[in-house]
Amino acid sequence: MRYLLALLLIFAGPALADSSLPPALWANEQLPDPRQEAKAKALMEELRCLVCQGQSIADSNAELAGDMRAMVRQRIAAGEPPEQVRSWLIERYGDWVSYRPPLEPVTWPLWAAPVLLLAAGAFLLRKRLVRRRG
Amino acid sequence: MNRSLRFLPLLVLLAFVGAVAWRLSSPADEKIESKMIGRTIPAFALAPAVPGKAGLSSKDLGSGKPRMINVFASWCVPCIAEAPLLAELKAKGIPIDAIAVRDRPADVAEFLAQRGDPFERIGADPESRAQLALGSSGVPETFIVDGAGIIRYQHMGPIEPDDLPVLVAQWEAAK
Repeated sequence: MRYLLALLLIFAGPALADSSLPPALWANEQLPDPRQEAKAKALMEELRCLVCQGQSIADSNAELAGDMRAMVRQRIAAGEPPEQVRSWLIERYGDWVSYRPPLEPVTWPLWAAPVLLLAAGAFLLRKRLVRRRG
Repeated sequence: MNRSLRFLPLLVLLAFVGAVAWRLSSPADEKIESKMIGRTIPAFALAPAVPGKAGLSSKDLGSGKPRMINVFASWCVPCIAEAPLLAELKAKGIPIDAIAVRDRPADVAEFLAQRGDPFERIGADPESRAQLALGSSGVPETFIVDGAGIIRYQHMGPIEPDDLPVLVAQWEAAK
């Protein structure tokens, strides 16, 4: 019985909420032109998957991410600049969809934080070094 | 160093642990609303998703009367749950069109035969293009487009009985 259960589990398919259609063309194929593919890849790594939030569409296995990769590759193959594709998506999903936050008042703390932390670290280090010398 | 500052690192650590624990206990809302609400519906033209029923084009919308667009799929389990509620909305006189995401005509036809068909037009969206153009991030979702073709409302996830009055009110407001 245990072996039967184990055997059944091996062959059990997970109940995925996925469609039965194969991935779109260019979802998983590279563009023939390596320069275009490099541009598409760079952009795909900076676009957030709408399903597996926290993964880029380059990393995600979600079907919607596949369709987004296909769209990115097709539009870049058609000669569209990557930044135009990015802003098309930002227009629809907000800055959230891009991993490159724009520099605006809301995001100033984000950009300033590394500088401030480095400054604080330098300050602490300086205090310590000065004391040791004395 | 000042003695009172001795516990500062511990306080910083506690504040950090507190912040993390708070976020873990009340996760942020993960719904990504479309930024297209209040804007004209993007242009798309979808082929019929089932034989015998018209496809859906953005030109079919904004023809003077507000309409609902249901983004659904035959492989989407929550879409089964909302099917009777879409039928109720149709019974109230609300015209509903649909976009079938990543679907096969035979599968859509079977879904409609089993779950009911409240739709006037159904467009096939095999590569999620129209879905992305609308700013929709999953199935099911329901949009309300007013008579001028402007997206007025987006409902994310399956429609539940409590959502019906809201959807009807939003549809009335879009008139």
